[in-house]
Amino acid sequence: MGMNMTEKILAKHAGLDSVMPGQLINCKLDMVLANDITAPPSIKEFEKIGKPVFDNTKIALVPDHFTPNKDIKTADLAKAVRTFAKQHKIVNYFEVGRMGIEHVILPEKGLVAPGMLTIGADSHTCTYGALGGFSTGVGTTDLGVALATGEAWFKVPETIQVNLTGTRPDGINGKDVILTLIGKIGVDGARYQALEFTGEGLSSLSMADRFTIANMAIEAGGKNGIFPVDEKTREYIKDRVTKPYEIVVSDADAKYVRTVEINLSELKPVVAFPHLPGNTKRVEDIGEIKIDQVVIGSCTNGRLEDLKNAANILKGHQVHKDVRCIVIPGSQQVYLDAMKLGYVEIFINAGAVVSTPTCGPCMGGHMGILAAGERCVSTTNRNFRGRMGHVDSEVYLAGPHVAAASAILGRIATPEEVQ
Amino acid sequence: MEVEGKVWCYGDNIDTDVIIPARYLNSFDPQELASHCMVDIDETFAQTVQAGDIMVGGKNFGCGSSREHAPIAIKASGVPVIIAANFARIFYRNGINIGLPLLEIGDAVAKIKAGDKLRVNIATGTIENLSTGDVFHSQPLPGFIQDIAKAGGLINYIKEKK
Repeated sequence: MGMNMTEKILAKHAGLDSVMPGQLINCKLDMVLANDITAPPSIKEFEKIGKPVFDNTKIALVPDHFTPNKDIKTADLAKAVRTFAKQHKIVNYFEVGRMGIEHVILPEKGLVAPGMLTIGADSHTCTYGALGGFSTGVGTTDLGVALATGEAWFKVPETIQVNLTGTRPDGINGKDVILTLIGKIGVDGARYQALEFTGEGLSSLSMADRFTIANMAIEAGGKNGIFPVDEKTREYIKDRVTKPYEIVVSDADAKYVRTVEINLSELKPVVAFPHLPGNTKRVEDIGEIKIDQVVIGSCTNGRLEDLKNAANILKGHQVHKDVRCIVIPGSQQVYLDAMKLGYVEIFINAGAVVSTPTCGPCMGGHMGILAAGERCVSTTNRNFRGRMGHVDSEVYLAGPHVAAASAILGRIATPEEVQ
Repeated sequence: MEVEGKVWCYGDNIDTDVIIPARYLNSFDPQELASHCMVDIDETFAQTVQAGDIMVGGKNFGCGSSREHAPIAIKASGVPVIIAANFARIFYRNGINIGLPLLEIGDAVAKIKAGDKLRVNIATGTIENLSTGDVFHSQPLPGFIQDIAKAGGLINYIKEKK
């Protein structure tokens, strides 16, 4: 019987010829990731086992959530990660000033590749499925064990096929695709399942679109999101990935639990209303919703193309007088490229602030916390109650086009509304 | 193992941001996390929860962030078991790994109300609602996951295997 991409990657890493959904297997890991919130408790669990790290080249530690340190307690967390990295000679430790948001920097540095199996103590680790690998988020105990053993147990998931037809129109991006999908299937629509993206529409999606889409597979409850490898993937990894990798292709008779169809040509700019990423509505249908803040960045939408999309709309305009617009490049490289290409100048001239790479406000850490009653349009991934600050604040999720247009008009808006 | 306790009832899609908001993730001390548990949707929980009380949720309990701080905060509040219609994947895994039993009973969860008294046999998955007389059965855990649970969590399991 045929296998799909997820099943093939899991089977190979378990040393098996084939696997079936529901099967419990033990897999060898190619990359193990943690950040400044999750590494310290993972290290505590790791130390209970009393073994050395399994491979100091297959571990990535990225202090990105509360960095640059926001207070003494978080400085202590970051210090614990730094100390561990030094002690165990972790090759892929990314210090402030040489770092990025974990899910931006791992692909950027070529640490994740097609066919690889990655776990990370961060739920958005599913991002790397954009490159045709299996990657998923775990907790800190799993991560602590993985640091010592290089292995983890998995239940082979069923897979939902998301068949993309049509062509992505200009002004629509990966965020509109994934928010439309989650709106369709719900925040538990892919619970315990894999999402495999297929179809002729794929060729119109950029790598940035695919990272955004795979990144939010978890917001549909998904275990992973995965894309086939094509010319765009090859072009992206060409000068980044130096280790050998294997391109995995789903068999023609691979099994899917169901198929969801999305016609990209019909997509309109969308926004997810509080307090669930599945509360998706077309921006043209929502009427006037005034806002106080816009955040453009994060592991979901902090890549160069996201900043380009926002800059193209903000160019020659001013951020609305009642709005704070915060732009957060996803990595030092993205920041540098955005400077060279003039985007940073556009943002600053428009009256936006441009921050160092950090997860910052996305999960209410720092750099843009909301007060009671405030509303934010954000290119981040979650709009749960209190996610970005006060429990009575509101987050509306959107892509960079809608975020930039909203920043100019002071209300949730489509790019077409900006003259 | 059998436990008896009073029910704290929450709805569908209870996310880990409300179980323990990120502003408290500057610590991973279980007692400190417990002192802020559920604060954004229920300020009374952390203040009045008694050891042995049971948490009950709807669909997709524990969705969102992978933070293990969330099941740790609930466990450190003295809650010996969580019952839900079903659980989000990472939260479920984390519960098993830290030795906090999680029982799934589907739509039957609607028959349990806040303040009800439950008796739960964690080994068999039998749940008796002592306030209403209802009895529910959850699916038993698969083989080696039961071994992890019996060992008291993944770390002990790995150490025993060594």
